[in-house]
Amino acid sequence: MATTTIHSGQERVNYLNVRTSVASWLLTLDHKRIGILYLLGITFFFFLGSLAAAAIRLELSTPKGDLLSSDTYNKMFTIHGVLMIFFFLIPSIPAAFGNFVLPMMIGARDVAFPRLNLLSWYFFMIGGVLATIALLKGGIDTGWTFYTPYSSAFAKGEVSLAIVGVFLVGFSSIFTGINFLVTVHKMRAPGMTWFRLPLFVWAIYATSLIQVLGTPVVAITLLLVAVERSLGIGIFDPNRGGDPILFQHLFWFYSHPAVYIMILPAMGVISEVIATFSRRRVFGYHFVAFSSLAIAIIGFLVWGHHMFSTGQSIYAGLVFSFLTFLVAIPSAIKTFNWMATIWKGRVHWDAPMIYALGFLGLFVIGGLTGLHLASLATNVHLTDTYFVVAHFHYVMVGGAIMGYLAALHYWWPKMTGKMYPQSWAKLAALLVFVGFNLTFFPQFILGYMGMPRRYHSYPEEWWALNLLSSAGASVLALGYLLPAIYLVWSLKYGTAAGKNPWGARGLEWELVDTLPSPHNFERTPIVTRPAYDYAHPEEPTAIYPAPRPVFAGGGKDG
Amino acid sequence: MSVKEAELHLGEARHEVPHLGEQYETIEQQNDAYTIGMWAFIVQEVLFFGGLFASYAIYRFKYLYEFVAAHHTLSVPFGTLNTFVLLVSSYTMARAVRAAMQQKHHKQLKYLLWTIFFASIFMVNKYFEYSSKYHHNLIPNQSYSAEEVIHHNHLKVENGMVDLGARKVPLEEFEGRTKLFFSFYFIMTGLHGLHVLVGIIILAILAVRAGMDWKRKVPHADYMPVEMTGLYWHFVDIVWIFLFPLLYLMGGQ
Amino acid sequence: MAQHHHEEHTHAQPISFYAKTLWVLMALLVVTVWAGFQKMPDWLGIAVALTIAVSKATIVILNFMHVKFSSKLAWLFAGAGFFWLLIMFAFAFADYASRHWEPETGW
Repeated sequence: MATTTIHSGQERVNYLNVRTSVASWLLTLDHKRIGILYLLGITFFFFLGSLAAAAIRLELSTPKGDLLSSDTYNKMFTIHGVLMIFFFLIPSIPAAFGNFVLPMMIGARDVAFPRLNLLSWYFFMIGGVLATIALLKGGIDTGWTFYTPYSSAFAKGEVSLAIVGVFLVGFSSIFTGINFLVTVHKMRAPGMTWFRLPLFVWAIYATSLIQVLGTPVVAITLLLVAVERSLGIGIFDPNRGGDPILFQHLFWFYSHPAVYIMILPAMGVISEVIATFSRRRVFGYHFVAFSSLAIAIIGFLVWGHHMFSTGQSIYAGLVFSFLTFLVAIPSAIKTFNWMATIWKGRVHWDAPMIYALGFLGLFVIGGLTGLHLASLATNVHLTDTYFVVAHFHYVMVGGAIMGYLAALHYWWPKMTGKMYPQSWAKLAALLVFVGFNLTFFPQFILGYMGMPRRYHSYPEEWWALNLLSSAGASVLALGYLLPAIYLVWSLKYGTAAGKNPWGARGLEWELVDTLPSPHNFERTPIVTRPAYDYAHPEEPTAIYPAPRPVFAGGGKDG
Repeated sequence: MSVKEAELHLGEARHEVPHLGEQYETIEQQNDAYTIGMWAFIVQEVLFFGGLFASYAIYRFKYLYEFVAAHHTLSVPFGTLNTFVLLVSSYTMARAVRAAMQQKHHKQLKYLLWTIFFASIFMVNKYFEYSSKYHHNLIPNQSYSAEEVIHHNHLKVENGMVDLGARKVPLEEFEGRTKLFFSFYFIMTGLHGLHVLVGIIILAILAVRAGMDWKRKVPHADYMPVEMTGLYWHFVDIVWIFLFPLLYLMGGQ
Repeated sequence: MAQHHHEEHTHAQPISFYAKTLWVLMALLVVTVWAGFQKMPDWLGIAVALTIAVSKATIVILNFMHVKFSSKLAWLFAGAGFFWLLIMFAFAFADYASRHWEPETGW
């Protein structure tokens, strides 16, 4: 394979310098490098999706539809939705940070199936490129939900191509899920029992369950839409005996749990960050761990709450409404336990912690407004208004992206070996928090007043709140731009981070070097303490067993 | 395993098993990981086909009479033969896995070839079935016509209404709903057939490998690829075990 | 050592085990085709056909796929897929079955 660079002298071999050719990256089987590849991919799609969001907010800064035609506007929010959900949020934390740190956290040399891991990155990239081509070449205007019969019988443009892209990224997600499930079950180091696992691992495990159990259903459903478009059969077309509501059932069977694919990994990150920067074991560890599983399982029983006003049976609606309220319980358990952790902890105000606190504030608002939408009576008033838009942005942007940024700032030193300027990072966190609230809080009010989503013009009286929202979006954009600058800057000028810059517990900080070696550990470690054992700073979480002549492997590939 | 057991395991067996992946400690760990991974993949497949089965079930529930009429145009003998062939292929696959586990490469090759043989019969049958549907204009595209369904069931059509005994349906709606049945028939059996084809390709690769192992008299080859392909193949068989009664038999002959 | 070790850990069963399994499957195939030609109400036809199909699938999973001899984890994974399928069926059908119910007066 690729050329091997042999480093003479003092420099230790790590996962970055072990091989440096382009081919060594594109054919790598190292989970850390694949994590970095994902990070680059999702950053690219995040950037494209943000451009579309900027166009939307610019258009909405005046009541008239003057900047974009209604057609172009439809295409813009579709680009924004498809890219942000399928190509950023769903792969973001699990595929990038899960790949990078999960094997280290459980004391493994790699994931269970490294080749499958690389394959899933290629599926992700090819799917992303196809979807981007579809969105640029003529575009699609169905919204990210591809609702039938609009998407199947009426929509022009490259709907089928976009569906192929989403289909591929779906299988990328399934492969990642399978890999992590098996990795957590089978690759844990000796002594790493289930209740010694960091909570991030529990969260990724729960996420993987959803990925494996839910994604195939949306894959087959979208495939049916593509077949319907190309062959003219009528599976979801009411004119030909089909039932469009069936599409919604199948679509939301995946897409509601998919919301938890986005938020559960972020919750895992928050558990890590809060424990580290409060120097305290997460309060109620078992409850937080099991609440991840509970969210994953109950999350599969609530999909009908997206269909309260579509002709679904009201009795089904009642059941779905009740079950939706149940999801609030494990979410609340997590939130209260995090606050209890901070309460008696010794809080260190580093940048990742600021992001984590931002997560707490925004997620609580996002979660509680979900209850308004979950109850049948208020849902009728609020459905398809900006209230819904604000609600899911509070969860997905305020929750998932805050978690993503917290993860990025928390593990950046381990990934790059460099520390970024703390003050700039804290400023960026503040800008994101303020900008986010400015952007989306007015949308709750607009939605309550009845402003419907997905229109490019609106009556004059909603102008002030919309302008405020657009102004907030520019602050938010600045908050996203800053990390891009100082993080890249830190690659060259940042100070060396050292092995454990945060004073954190956990195998990835205590045993793994910065930068990690290709196989993470010198030898397979033996775990002797539970996660977050800040109460016993003198006891290492894991030790290496006494040296013995072990295998001479470790070098087939980077 | 306990810490002590693990310590004993460390470093052992690595040199003795050439196909042990470098991320694993022991061959047991690797085999377990393969098995669980394959099952997770099958779970994924269950839900992939499950979406189709659920849609089919809901439409059959909604348009019972039209679907029953369309059921009757499928050939039960052909379906039975195909079920028979796939069940036998599952048996030969199980024998191939057994031979692989016992490192009997020649036997393994023989049973893999039998499995490919039966799978091919299945595909040939499917080809004949599809082409008969084509000749009767039952392919659910623009040229679809419900004439064959009406003719086959001896249904009466008066004033543009199809008499289904229990109720009368406008011809246009009857066409749409039976077309829906054939859409499901072709998508479900088509996706299943695609899985059979993929299976044949994998089996062929395994057969070549078994032949090479036999020639070289490899003392202990990795039997896991055969066992995992076996799991996949049995799953494909299970899908057909459900497709057969749902599509061919549940028409109340 | 390696040869010995292989024999100890595989799930290989006697040939008669696989042959018997095949015979049972064949018998069930005959029964299900026979039942398909009997006059019975639609719901009963569905119940009979599905019961036989589930039995056949279970036999294949336990005997041919060796779940009978596998770890609890394999049982769990094999079961999870079908359980989740059941969730999808139950909730989707709950909607279709109750869509035309008339609300009671006073609700």
